[in-house]
Amino acid sequence: MASLINPTRRKFLLRGAALGCSAAASPFMTPITLAAMPGDNRLVVIILRGAMDGLDVVRPVGDEDFGFYRPTLSEAGNPSDLDGYFALNEHLSALAPMWDKGELAFAHAVSTPYRDKRSHFDGQDLLEAGTGMDVGVGAVRDGWLNRMLSSVPDVTAKTAFAVGREDMILLNGENPVSSWSPNARLDLSPQGKRLLQQLYHGDALFQEAGNTATELAELLDMGSENGLGDGGMSDAMMNSMMSAGKAARAKALARFAGERLNEETRIAAFSIGGWDTHQKQAKGIKRALGELGDAVTTLKETLGVNWGKTAVLAMTEFGRTARENGSAGADHGTAGVMLMAGGAVRGGKIYGDWPGLGESALYDNRDLMPTMDVRAFAAHTMRGLFSIEQGALERAIFPGLDMGADPRILL
Amino acid sequence: MAPSFPTLASIRYGYGLSPIIAPPQSVEAMLASLNGPDVIARDLPIVPFAIRAEEEVAMGKLRRARRKNVDGALAKLKVANRIAQGEQMRELRVSLLRPAIATDGFRERLVRFWADHFTVAAKGKGLRYVTTGYIEDAIRPLVTGNFGDMLRSTATHPAMLVYLDQIQSVGPNSKIGKKMDRGLNENLAREIMELHTLGVGGSYSQADVRQFAELLTGLFYNYRKGFSFRPNAAEPGAEIVLGKSYGGSRGSLEDVYAVLDDLALHPDTARHIARKLVVHFVSDLPDPKLVAHVAAAFMASGGDLMAVYAALLEHPAAWENPGSKAKRPFDFLASSLRALGVGTNGVGADVVADLSIRKTRLYFQAPLQIMGQPWLQPPGPDGWPENLEDWITPQGLAARIQWALVAAGLLGNNTDPTRFAATALGDVADEELLRVVGFAESRVEGIALVLASPEFNRR
Repeated sequence: MASLINPTRRKFLLRGAALGCSAAASPFMTPITLAAMPGDNRLVVIILRGAMDGLDVVRPVGDEDFGFYRPTLSEAGNPSDLDGYFALNEHLSALAPMWDKGELAFAHAVSTPYRDKRSHFDGQDLLEAGTGMDVGVGAVRDGWLNRMLSSVPDVTAKTAFAVGREDMILLNGENPVSSWSPNARLDLSPQGKRLLQQLYHGDALFQEAGNTATELAELLDMGSENGLGDGGMSDAMMNSMMSAGKAARAKALARFAGERLNEETRIAAFSIGGWDTHQKQAKGIKRALGELGDAVTTLKETLGVNWGKTAVLAMTEFGRTARENGSAGADHGTAGVMLMAGGAVRGGKIYGDWPGLGESALYDNRDLMPTMDVRAFAAHTMRGLFSIEQGALERAIFPGLDMGADPRILL
Repeated sequence: MAPSFPTLASIRYGYGLSPIIAPPQSVEAMLASLNGPDVIARDLPIVPFAIRAEEEVAMGKLRRARRKNVDGALAKLKVANRIAQGEQMRELRVSLLRPAIATDGFRERLVRFWADHFTVAAKGKGLRYVTTGYIEDAIRPLVTGNFGDMLRSTATHPAMLVYLDQIQSVGPNSKIGKKMDRGLNENLAREIMELHTLGVGGSYSQADVRQFAELLTGLFYNYRKGFSFRPNAAEPGAEIVLGKSYGGSRGSLEDVYAVLDDLALHPDTARHIARKLVVHFVSDLPDPKLVAHVAAAFMASGGDLMAVYAALLEHPAAWENPGSKAKRPFDFLASSLRALGVGTNGVGADVVADLSIRKTRLYFQAPLQIMGQPWLQPPGPDGWPENLEDWITPQGLAARIQWALVAAGLLGNNTDPTRFAATALGDVADEELLRVVGFAESRVEGIALVLASPEFNRR
C-alpha cells in the first residue's frame, strides 16, 4: 500500500484540506477516479447523472417538428448557432469558442443499449459497466474503463484512486482503487493503531479500508487539537455547503484532474449531477450546464499544451422525451447527446445519424430515436488514443459492441 | 461458533446489545413487542408534518417580506431560521436516542427500513424541515399494519407529492390542463412502480407508467391549503394500468387508491418487498428460498406486514451467516450510544438530549456526513445503498474510528474495555478481540477499539 502514497498525492490531499468546506467537506463531493498509464494521450470521462436532455442542449432548430414538440423549451434562452441546423443552449455558451476553434463536437441521437424501463439507476449502472442489455443490469460490477486498463500492456501505475465516499464503477474491478476524501480525521495512538490492525487482521474488507485510512490520515497530520469534523463547521459554513459551492466543485474537480493529467495520470473520470429536469427545465438545466461548461473550460485552462493530446467525453444514462411534459420539463427518454472536447478531437461538427423528430421517427412514439451506440464513440476514442485493438474493445471492454465504421472523431 | 439467539436477534434485527436493556429471547417475543404500543414514540415525540408545514408557511411569509425589504423582516427571519435549525437538530438527537434506548429495537429498524423504501428528501425552500414529520405520520404508525395502507399514505403524502414532482402534473385534457396549457409529469408514477411496488424488473411497461401518471393527476398539495384532490386537474377518461381499467369520465381519489391497492397486492410487489427486506436485514446476496418464503407470506396475507415479518424471522436462513451486513452510519451511531448505555443514570440521556445546535452538528451531523450518510439527505429516491463495500470505505471507516474515540471519551470513561466488549457484543466478541482491547493503553482507546471493530460494525 505504501506505493500508493507519493508526493503529488500528498499535494492534493493537503490542497483539498485547504479548500475548506465548500469542496472538501461537502457530503456531495463527487468522486474522481484517476489512472496512470504509459503514453502521452489523455482521456477524461464525465458521467452526467440524471439524464441530460440532449434535445435542449444541442437543439435541432432546423427540424420542423422541434418547436411543435417543445413550445416553451424551444423558446427558452438565446441559443447560439452551431451548423445552421443545430444550436447550442445558451448556458453552455462558455464552450462556443472551442466550437469555433474545432475543439468541441457533439454526437446526437446516441444512447447506450439500455431500453424501455428508463430507470436512472439501472441506466447509470449500464453506462458505467459498458455492457449490453443481454448481460443483465447489475450483473457486471466492474466498469469499462477498468477493463480497458487491464487490457493495456505495461500499465505501470496501478495507482487508480478515487476521492470521495463512493467509487464510480467505471474504474472498479481488478485494479486497486481506493476511496478517500480529505476531511475524515484519525487520532489513535501508535499502540491503538497496532491493536486496530490486529482487530482488522483476517477481515479483508476492514483490513484494506483501515490500512488506507490510517496511512492517509497520517499524511494529513490529522492529530490536531480540533474536535471531530470541527474544521470550522460554523453555521455559515454549513449553510454555504448546502447551497453554494456547486459550480466551484466542478471547477475544483476539473482543475485537480487537469493537474494530475499534466503529471503521470492519463485517464480521469468524474461525474456531474443535476440533470433530472422534470419541471421548469429552462431554469433547472442552467446550473448543470454551467458546471459542465466550467469543467471543460477549466480542463483546457489547466492542461495547457497537453490539451492538444486530450479528449473529453461527457455522456449520460439516457436522454429525455421529445415532447416537453406538462410542467415545462421533460421526462425520461432514450437517445440523447454526447459531448466531445479537447485538442485531440476533430471538432466543429455534429456526429451521428440524425433521425429527425417526425412522429414515425420517434422511438416508442415518444423519444428521440437512438441511431448510434454511445459506446462506439468511446471505443473509437480509446482505440485512437491508446491503440487498443478493436477485438479487445468489442469483446472484453464493451462486450458485444459493434464499433461500426470509424466516425473519425479524433484528429 | 454461532452467536446465541438473543445476541444475533438484537444485532441483526435491532440496534445491538445494551448494558441495561434485555435482548429479545425468542421470535415470539420480538413479534409480541412489535404488536404492543409504540412507547418510545410517545416518550420522545417528533413534531407532526402538519405543524412543521404551518411553520414553513410562516417562514415563507417572512422570506417574501424580506425580499420586499419590510422593516425588521430580516431579523425575524434569522430568528425563525435559528429556531427551525434548532428543531431539526433536536429531531436528529431524538431520532438517535429512540433506537439507543428503545426496548423494541426491531420496530426502530423497521421504521428506518420503510422510511428508506419510501424515501423523501427536502426539496426547495418550501419543505426543508419536514422529513421527520413525514416519517412520523405516514410511516411509523403503519409499520405493523398492511403494506397497502403504507403505500396509500406515502404515495398521497404532501412530502412525496412535492419530492417526486406530482404537484406539477396535470391531466392535459383536464380543465386546468387545457386552460393553463399544462400536462403530465411522470416522475411519481414511475418511482412508485419501479421503487415502491413492482421493482425495476417488474412486469410493467412505459405505457403503464404513462397511464398511471394520468390516474395520479388529481393529487395536489399547496403549502397554505394542504393536501387536496383536484378533479379539475385529473385527466378525464378511464386509464388502463397493467391490463385493468380504472376511473371514469371524472377522476377521483378513489381511483388512485384502487390502483395503489392493486399494485400493493401484485406478486411482483411481494417479491420486490421480500427481497428488499432480506437484503436489508440478512445479506447483500439474498437466499432465494428465504425471499420466496417471505414473498409467499406477503401474498397469502394480502400484504399484512406482521405476517411478513413473522415469515422472515421464522425461517432458518434468516439466522445464517452473521456479520454479512454493515451497519449504516446512522445505525452505527445509534447502536454505539446504546452499547455505551446512554439514557441511564450516570451517562444520562441529557448528554445527548440537551446538546446545543453546534454540538449536535459536531458530534452527530458532521460525522454522519463524513461517514457517507448525511442526515435526511439520501442520494435519490432509491434511498441509501445496501452493500457492505458502500459503507466500509477508507473515509467511512476513518470517520467511524474517529467518532468512536470521541464517543468513548464523552460517554465511556469509567467502563473497562474488556467488559464493554462483552456487554456490547455478547458472544460475538471472541477471545482474540477481548485480548486485543485489553492491551489498549487507555480505557477510552479500548472502548473506541471495540466500537471500531469489524464485529461491532458488521451485523
